[in-house]
Amino acid sequence: MTTTTTTTTTHSGTNTGTPTGAATPTTTAAVPDWDELVGAALLGTDRRQGSPEVLLGVAAVQTVRRRAGLRPAEAGPRLEPAPLDPRPLPPEAARRRLAHLLAGRTAAGSGSGRRGAAPDLMELLPQWLAAAGRHGYRAPAALVPALLDAARARTDLRPQALALAGTRGLWLARLNPDWRFALRGGSGGAGELPAPTDAAGVERLWQEGLFAERVALLGAVRAHEAAAALRLLSTTWSTERAEDRLMFLDSLRVGLSPGDEPFLEAALADRSRNVRATAAELLSALPESALAGRMAERALVCVGPEGVTPPAECDAGMLRDGVVKRPPAGRGERAWWLAQLVEAAPLSCWQERFGGLGPAEIVALPTAEGWAEELHAAWCRAAVRQRDPAWSEALLGSASAPPATGPATASLAERAKLLSILGEEERAAWVAEFIRAHGLSEAFQLLGVCVVPWAGELGRAVVEALDSAREAGGYPWSFSGVMGLAERCLDPAEAGLLDAVAVAAAPAEPGGAAAYWSEAFQRLVATLRLRATMHAELTPQGP
Amino acid sequence: MTEQGVRWTAEQVLALAPDDASRKAGARLGGAGPWSQTGGSASGAVWGLCKGSGSKPYRTVVDLSGPAYKCSCPSRKFPCKHALGLLLLWATEGLADAAGAPAGDGTPDGAPAPDWAGEWLAERAAKAARTAADRSAQAGPADAEAARKRAERRAARIGAGVAELEQRLADLVRGGLAGQERAGYAAWEETAARMVDAQAPGLAARVRELGTIPSCGAGWPARMLEEAALLHLLDRAWLGISALPEPLASTVRGRVGLPSGAGGEVVRDRWLVLAQYDTASPDGRLTTRRIWLRGLASGRPALVLDFGPPGRPPGLALPVGLVLDAEARFRPGSAGLRADLTERFAAAEPCGAAPTGVSTGAALEAYGAALREDPWLESWPVVLGPVVPIPGGRQGDQPGEAAWQLADVEGTSALPVPLTGAGSRPRAGLWQLAALSGGGPVTVFGECGHRGFTPLTVWQPDSSEPVVLTSA
Repeated sequence: MTTTTTTTTTHSGTNTGTPTGAATPTTTAAVPDWDELVGAALLGTDRRQGSPEVLLGVAAVQTVRRRAGLRPAEAGPRLEPAPLDPRPLPPEAARRRLAHLLAGRTAAGSGSGRRGAAPDLMELLPQWLAAAGRHGYRAPAALVPALLDAARARTDLRPQALALAGTRGLWLARLNPDWRFALRGGSGGAGELPAPTDAAGVERLWQEGLFAERVALLGAVRAHEAAAALRLLSTTWSTERAEDRLMFLDSLRVGLSPGDEPFLEAALADRSRNVRATAAELLSALPESALAGRMAERALVCVGPEGVTPPAECDAGMLRDGVVKRPPAGRGERAWWLAQLVEAAPLSCWQERFGGLGPAEIVALPTAEGWAEELHAAWCRAAVRQRDPAWSEALLGSASAPPATGPATASLAERAKLLSILGEEERAAWVAEFIRAHGLSEAFQLLGVCVVPWAGELGRAVVEALDSAREAGGYPWSFSGVMGLAERCLDPAEAGLLDAVAVAAAPAEPGGAAAYWSEAFQRLVATLRLRATMHAELTPQGP
Repeated sequence: MTEQGVRWTAEQVLALAPDDASRKAGARLGGAGPWSQTGGSASGAVWGLCKGSGSKPYRTVVDLSGPAYKCSCPSRKFPCKHALGLLLLWATEGLADAAGAPAGDGTPDGAPAPDWAGEWLAERAAKAARTAADRSAQAGPADAEAARKRAERRAARIGAGVAELEQRLADLVRGGLAGQERAGYAAWEETAARMVDAQAPGLAARVRELGTIPSCGAGWPARMLEEAALLHLLDRAWLGISALPEPLASTVRGRVGLPSGAGGEVVRDRWLVLAQYDTASPDGRLTTRRIWLRGLASGRPALVLDFGPPGRPPGLALPVGLVLDAEARFRPGSAGLRADLTERFAAAEPCGAAPTGVSTGAALEAYGAALREDPWLESWPVVLGPVVPIPGGRQGDQPGEAAWQLADVEGTSALPVPLTGAGSRPRAGLWQLAALSGGGPVTVFGECGHRGFTPLTVWQPDSSEPVVLTSA
């Protein structure tokens, strides 16, 4: 803002306007100009034999006059307006809910050690964002900054938050360095990527872009046309750094297809051992590939109905196909080679080798002394890598059998991986049965791979198990992980089922485990109701 | 002031001094040297004999509950330097006479009061009992008389405070502002405390503000001169208040910190709530809630204030965007902004339309016009629009940022948005403003003043729904 001459009369009398702007010539010398006053005040009146009262008086008149005569400043360069986002806004109640969830993020710390019967809002934000995304809404503009802040703090929120913020979010993120993450593709934001069909734009970004942008570009081009992505990658492949080659190669996992085989086969001869190993792993996930065929040949020699004979040596061919020669400490080298061969061989090759038996029968066969564990573990890894539901189911075995006596693996992490290969319903049914048989203490990892919201049977199994744990006098805090999962994953329609449990859990006296249980169940019910409300609020209102 | 029995601090004692000279003289008498037969009682009195220039020592008594003073010296000052010295002695070293309490004991206790002190103290106690009985028996004209006396007393104390402050400002300008950067604000804090003691909280707040300016970055000397000059203007106005026209006199009283008198203009209108926000006092002890209204028929702005003690929010809450059919009683002074809602005639209802805004030039003119009524106004409530926010860029991660602006949609004029100092708001609110505009026009309500325009509430085009910019 600038000051100019005005004829504003302040109550303090004088109205002989004195210009302080450089543009206008001074007309009266009676009143010193402002800068002179400041100079005099800086030095002090003692040096100039002036009166401090007079200086302050003149300065007061000048100050009020300057303020009364303020004029607007020159506007700076205006921004390019944000592109229009044609998506509808969520209904008003849902907009308020989002504001509330985002405000809860910055309020009291959530996470471990939280107590109380109130829902943990931050944990519900991902669900809200996902649901709003499914409805095809855009974020209310006023909440875009808070949404970007939330996405900045939690990378897991980024794809959904940025999708919801849309063009307005990207427009805003360009103005604030704190939100630069939103402009990098890769993190889920459709950043500044050229269209896959824009050959010149793709070429330029591929040559000049940051690594993250290039990964995002490769993904975008690959989604559009797989072959084009490989052509793009081939143009610079030999000049990329080893760790970049590894990341590019790893990005081919998404949408892996037989068409990728020649490129991967060539990468088996790469300078970098990690690149070679990744290429071999990807090829073995393509059961039709030549590598898978070579591995099958080697594995079928070693394993059959007559027993197990591990390979005698690790030859050059095996090495080229990604077999690692030196075993980790504590493992015999022949067993180590066998495991790698079986893991990389297509599972389809075993049926014929075992005289037409299915996966379940093969897994159930008594195996030569000492080899069962090694063989089953390798099959588990193969089933996960090749995403084979029949083998996964066979290797998981019966959910009610004690894990230690199961057919393949007692490791919960491995079982969770196998479970993720099953169909959604089979997965939920298997975990429900597991919980009914073994309780919750080992179910946390298995529940983590189940689809949200949990199917009715699974949800009921979890609630019943929690209630049994309470009745049995279990320590409630050892179930806090499952409780947290249940709050986020139970079907909100099950809230009614829980009411009875929550009432039963009401403690006779305050304090102790009973009170904690009661509180936890109350929070569970409250969270489910809140989730039901959230989803109802997001439902479009009328036409 | 303080509880009886708890020893005061030296600051609390010095705060009682009527002027600078008494303070210095009292401080000189604050040592044990001139004093004898000092003592105190648990009921809250201290006494002692102070050796002066004459042959007889002065007899000094202080009733801590008033505080009230009695001294045999001829001084007209109240309290005299002897009373101040005695209190300082008690505050800093405790009172230990021959039969008295050990030094350092918080409660003056020990020997019974000597006759010359005891008589006066007994008299006071009896009078206090009588007044208490009277007060319960009758109220009315005596109360009004008492109130008038209280007001006179307070005016006198403020007058003394103002005189002292003038002295302080003159010293500042005499010695030059240049030394202020090193001086630190402790000295101003002390002056502010003196203004609190003089019962002029308005002056105290301005002094505190003045003390912080030298540490506020480039351009501080000009800002300090502005503030000092306006403070001087307020001092002069107070000293000459009897000659001022009544509205201006009310403004001055309000600015000094006196409660504004009742009896102002009553306006019935449909009041649109434009903004509501809370600020905490510097010591965090008091929450002030500001509610900005605008009369839809009269176009008149109104500011309703409410206060909350620590830990409790103010009671009055008016959601932004609602319209109240109500009577507002405007307090005298303060450029006719301060109002109290006296009567509501209907339940509040949402306003169906966004308010109409004015250009940046008109906004500054409105502020300029209001300065005639109240030259100490920092800002004026304005609905601005349609304007386009222009976010300031950041050079690297330096806090020295280019200013944000609100620019007229037509033409090339803009108002800056203050990012730091008084009247600035958290950056989060500005990002919200930018997000709402998306580079397009919006209507904004805020406070427009000499620092620029502070946005509080935004309306998007074609929407009657106000968005309150976050203050967190």
